[in-house]
Amino acid sequence: MSKKRTAKLAKRQPVEKNLREIITPEGVPVRVELAERGDRAGAVLIDLAIMVGCMIVSVIAIALMSGFSGMGRVGIILILLIFFFFRNFYFMFFELKWQGQTPGKRRLGLKVIDRFGKPLSSEAIFARNMMREIELFIPIGIVMAGGGSGISGLMQFFAFVWAMTLVCLPLMNKDNLRAGDLVAGTLVVREPKILLAADMVEKSEQALEEGGPEFVFTQKQIDAYGVYELQTLETLLRNTSPEGRDKRKVAGKAILKKIGWADPVPARKLDSFLTAYYQALRKRLESQLLMGKRRQDKFDETG
Amino acid sequence: MAPKMAKSYQFRSERQENWTRLEDMVQRAEKSGMASLSSAEIFELPHLYQGALSSLSVARSISLDKNVVDYLEALVARAYFLLHSQQRTVGAAFKKLFVYALPAAVRSIRQEMLVTVIVFMLGLIAAFVLVLENPDWYFSFVDQSLAGNRQPAASAEELRDTLYAKQDEVGGLDIFATQLFTHNSKVGILAFALGFALGIPTLWLLFTNGAMLGAFLALFHSKGLLFELGGWLIIHGSTEITAILLCGAAGLAIARHYIFPGKYSRLEALSFYGKKAAIVAFGCILMFLAAGVLEGFARQLVTGDITRYGVGFTLFVLWLGYFLFGGRGAEQDGSL
Repeated sequence: MSKKRTAKLAKRQPVEKNLREIITPEGVPVRVELAERGDRAGAVLIDLAIMVGCMIVSVIAIALMSGFSGMGRVGIILILLIFFFFRNFYFMFFELKWQGQTPGKRRLGLKVIDRFGKPLSSEAIFARNMMREIELFIPIGIVMAGGGSGISGLMQFFAFVWAMTLVCLPLMNKDNLRAGDLVAGTLVVREPKILLAADMVEKSEQALEEGGPEFVFTQKQIDAYGVYELQTLETLLRNTSPEGRDKRKVAGKAILKKIGWADPVPARKLDSFLTAYYQALRKRLESQLLMGKRRQDKFDETG
Repeated sequence: MAPKMAKSYQFRSERQENWTRLEDMVQRAEKSGMASLSSAEIFELPHLYQGALSSLSVARSISLDKNVVDYLEALVARAYFLLHSQQRTVGAAFKKLFVYALPAAVRSIRQEMLVTVIVFMLGLIAAFVLVLENPDWYFSFVDQSLAGNRQPAASAEELRDTLYAKQDEVGGLDIFATQLFTHNSKVGILAFALGFALGIPTLWLLFTNGAMLGAFLALFHSKGLLFELGGWLIIHGSTEITAILLCGAAGLAIARHYIFPGKYSRLEALSFYGKKAAIVAFGCILMFLAAGVLEGFARQLVTGDITRYGVGFTLFVLWLGYFLFGGRGAEQDGSL
């Protein structure tokens, strides 16, 4: 259980190449994380399952209403119409109603946005979901029917090749765009949700009020690291899993060695030592930042 | 006391309350819509958003607390999506589509429409002339499985029967079902989808379908039944063939603007013109539904030639009027 949880946590860390920037009208770039292909496929499968479920329920309901024996033409026509409407309007309805989300997308935390930072227009929603007809339903039809009806020979082959190309399109570009996204100018991103955790320096501010700090570092010791190491240390300190504790042990050893800390630090004190060092380092780097100096990492000599 | 505190800590503790207020509002609005916010909150929302936005800018430059920056980034993105989304109900969105967007999109592809009409007519005329000269050509254009009783060897009487099928023989239902899910809407959608494949297959598809129609016409003409066939075809054909041609035109529009993106980048051109093309194709799906109803039912009920022509032409004029004049006023004053 805990292992699974950590794996999930680790996965939640956004990968740099999956980040896209949108410039808001105020001129501030906002970063969003691209949805993974697997998640998108999962969302479609959930939606399809809901659709098929609804279709089955409506067929049964109509059958019950008209009596099993006499399910006449009207019943069948009704069913055909219901199928038609589900197939064409299910995705559109929800994406319009929920601002770019369907039940499947909501479940997996995905969202459709405009690729160029504009509002997601209803036209874009109509367009991207109309394309499902040729990206999803026709390929499904071709696979299931094995190419029986209507168009013959060469055309059927063409259709098959193109249907498959369209199906595979999201695998062939770095933004995971499917044909509908291309046509509608949309992008599917992960719903941004990050909780505000307690500030790591909060405790030290309290400690300052109560009395002197436990660990005191020299200027040279503090100057050993840069922003990259600081933020890595922050991630480690916020990681509460057992795996995180092991990682902290390794990192702690490295830091002790690098800054030449003389006194031995017992294992139970390690966390408070690292926190104290984090606070000192952050204070130092932030004050440098105010002077316009940003020391990127420990190899950076600007500081 | 104060100077000893980290600047970023101070910065955060002064603003944190507004951030969490914004987060709470955004969360509720995401879950149950903007309507779940009180009017005072709605009024406050943009201000809190602006505040969070500037907090983000500042935090990026002064704070090294990764969590705060990431949090603000996510919060601002969520608020941004919320504020910059179109607060339009599903009904209003569909209304806008049918009143304004669809006819405007059709008008925007009129050049492509001209091409598809010409290609379709070329196929039609070529096949008509060839089959009239030599009926052996017939099966080059018409698939055996689709022809049924409609063969050069059939007598005029048999051909006439195919036009006025008795209701028990061919259920309107079967035709409706096949119509809805197979042949013609498939041709249309394929014409559109293959436009994505740079357009050549679309033209070929339109040509062969035109040729098929031409061959039918020639066959019935040779037996003196052209006028009757016309009535049989036009009652749904005026809707259906228009839709196929529109689908083809939409496909061509995608191909054209992908190959010649003009001042845009290819992707921008695709999303600008492709959006319109896809909306046209979506309208065509609904036209195919209408054609299915007409073919399955109206044709069974209306057997008089003149009435058939009347219904077919009336529908054609209605479509034409809708596409040519629909939503023009709204386009100008931007009321939609």
